[in-house]
Amino acid sequence: MGHVLGAERRALRDTGTARESLLSAIDPRSRILASIAFAIVIVALDNLVLLLAGLAAALLIMVEARLPVRSTLKRMAAMDTFIIFLIAMLPFTVPGDPIFTVFGFAATWEGLRQAVEIALKANAVILALMALAGSMEPVALGHALSRLKVPDGLIHLLMFTVRYVDVLQQEYMRLRMAMKARGFRPGNNGHTYRSLGYLVGMMLVRAIERSERILGAMKCRGFTGRIPLLDELAFSRRDIFFSIGMTAFLGALIALQLTL
Amino acid sequence: MHIVDGALANEVVIGGTVIAVAGIGLGLKNLPAEKMPAAGVLSATFFVASLIHVPIGPSSVHLIMNGLAGLVLGWAAFPALFVGLLLQAVFFGFGGLTVLGVNTLNIAMPAVMVYYLCRHGIAARSLTVAAIWGGVGGGLAIALTTGFVAIALALSGDEFIPAAKLVFFAHIPIMIVEALVTGAAVVLARRVKPELFAAITRSASKEVTP
Repeated sequence: MGHVLGAERRALRDTGTARESLLSAIDPRSRILASIAFAIVIVALDNLVLLLAGLAAALLIMVEARLPVRSTLKRMAAMDTFIIFLIAMLPFTVPGDPIFTVFGFAATWEGLRQAVEIALKANAVILALMALAGSMEPVALGHALSRLKVPDGLIHLLMFTVRYVDVLQQEYMRLRMAMKARGFRPGNNGHTYRSLGYLVGMMLVRAIERSERILGAMKCRGFTGRIPLLDELAFSRRDIFFSIGMTAFLGALIALQLTL
Repeated sequence: MHIVDGALANEVVIGGTVIAVAGIGLGLKNLPAEKMPAAGVLSATFFVASLIHVPIGPSSVHLIMNGLAGLVLGWAAFPALFVGLLLQAVFFGFGGLTVLGVNTLNIAMPAVMVYYLCRHGIAARSLTVAAIWGGVGGGLAIALTTGFVAIALALSGDEFIPAAKLVFFAHIPIMIVEALVTGAAVVLARRVKPELFAAITRSASKEVTP
């Protein structure tokens, strides 16, 4: 994930939050449910034209959500090398009509089609997810999930992670700076792997000590195992329009898939 | 090693999700409110640790550290790593949404397996022995994760099998790096704060781990 996040950037900031848009007025719960429905429908399709329509819709939502276009598209396209490799090999591993041969391995139309299908699905779903859910404040995501009856324990874990990722990222940078000041330069050697291992170990030790202070502070403020969520979420008229629009679009995709 | 949406068969996605939900449930059951801050901060630590790049040959890889996560968190690795994957998907576009369950299973199940296999080893009196067990855990977790990913793909279609095999062998250097880094991390934690490994898992396992 490191190539997505520049070292100088703070981890869970710069997610395109706090920008006013039509989408930001829609209830976070509707947005989460919409992104899940969108993902399920897109994954179920297998017509390439309909998948392109899905990708176009996801792009439209991204523009509407006012996400920074270039970095969002870059993130969308940044898949694991593992998966890229796998998709690239598909034309050669699926049997069918050959297009061309490389070193005696024939690439087939069927394989190419499957590779394109996976690439379209993966990109459409992740783009819609980033646009619908990723444009919220991470804390709002936690609140909305809690209102959608996700277990409290999981929500607390999510909120703690969101809260402390930034803090720990800065601590990591401080430790790295201290290592640099002492002449540490990473390379292909045992010293590097040992030093980075010590770094991770040290971060864990500091994390557990920090968590003891946090628990103390929380108890001091009367923590009983529940964290009250103060904001009220309301399902408004905008949400009705949004839900109807989303349902109509996904319904049309399914209907076309079944008739084509 | 995040699988993306659309690559796997429906049966694999549903099966993976069911097992992941069960694992998350088990992890949360063993996590009382008292331990929530520790689990949350550790979850954030592993999130940040996965941003660390380690040189390997002419290139570099980012750490995964799911073996170490298992050793420190036990079953709580399931919800903790799930939260990390969820945040990565939603805010950084890594992985996918329908495959979230499968991805959680692939990362967290090896963590839990390493916890059971290596937790006694890393508590050994000799630091060298502890480091070796930590290294075994770190390398094994990556091997298992790659293997799980390969199985998920192979179950989805025979056309994935050649690539999955090749990728498994391509990951051997990463297993070695993770083993070395995890071993060193275990040594440091044992020297500085040995109770780290029992902070979350102690009451959960009802056994006395030092």
